[in-house]
Amino acid sequence: MRIRTFLATVGKFCYEFIVGDTPEIAVGVGVLIVIVWLLSRNGAGASFWFLPLAVTALLLGSLWRGSSAS
Amino acid sequence: MSGTVLIIALAVFGASAVEAVEALTIVLAAGFTRGWRSALEGAGAALLCLVVVVAVFGSALVRYVPINTLRVVVGSLLLVLGLQWLRKAILRASGYKTKHDEDAIYRRQVERLSGIPRTGAGRDASGFIISFKGVLLEGLEVVMVVLTLGLSSGHLAVAAAAAAAAVLVVAGAGVVVSRQLREVPENAMKLGVGLMLVTFGTFWGGEGAGVRWPGADLALLGLLAFYALLTWASVGRLSRTGRSAREASQA
Repeated sequence: MRIRTFLATVGKFCYEFIVGDTPEIAVGVGVLIVIVWLLSRNGAGASFWFLPLAVTALLLGSLWRGSSAS
Repeated sequence: MSGTVLIIALAVFGASAVEAVEALTIVLAAGFTRGWRSALEGAGAALLCLVVVVAVFGSALVRYVPINTLRVVVGSLLLVLGLQWLRKAILRASGYKTKHDEDAIYRRQVERLSGIPRTGAGRDASGFIISFKGVLLEGLEVVMVVLTLGLSSGHLAVAAAAAAAAVLVVAGAGVVVSRQLREVPENAMKLGVGLMLVTFGTFWGGEGAGVRWPGADLALLGLLAFYALLTWASVGRLSRTGRSAREASQA
């Protein structure tokens, strides 16, 4: 029972830490890394510009969400 | 010391200092209300746990996880963490979110701790637990930054030393200024650290996933400049729209 409570606490902490109130960032970063990996596997390893631009879009989207909510 | 190592040390120092200020607020509240012995013992026990976590996970990850896998995971974590910090700091700088007020947090903690009855004359359990929990929770974020930046760059010792230096500086400042923690420019520090975390996250996450950056490590400077410009433009734009919205609602 103690182990289960401990694991639940650790799981909750990890969720709050990584996802928290910005799920769009956690999900977005995961999706971006997979896209970059697929691009480089298909011979587009030189597409270095994609990740910074996609991160920019992700940040602007999250800022828009945050400013609309407040 | 190379430029990259210096940037890593600065990023870890900044992140650790921000978290250390938050932890110190809790330790001071526990110390003033429940006694210094339990508060300091709680903080010490938590610091010990954090050192063990860095030592155990650090060496295990270096030994058993391939560097490219490590960089993808670490890069993703840094990006998530950095974007969260940057987002929060931009919203605070542009007035969309209230700034972190250490004095208000301190008052709330003191009020809460003063209401708990004492159990005996010896060590105070509440003071110990509150202090332990505060330092451990704030410290885990530091551990994450130390491990991610330290392991990806191959300079775990530098990252750990920078974190320890930040804790010592903040603790020293805490002793001198006592409760005037609101003077710390926390949002500016958060903005700077967020920028560095996003920069390293993009670099290592991309490299681990197969991106070949032009100019190798020099690309870090380009990324940092690009994100700094983006942050500056975002703060300016949001400050203007926020001001117009507030004026419109007052009219």
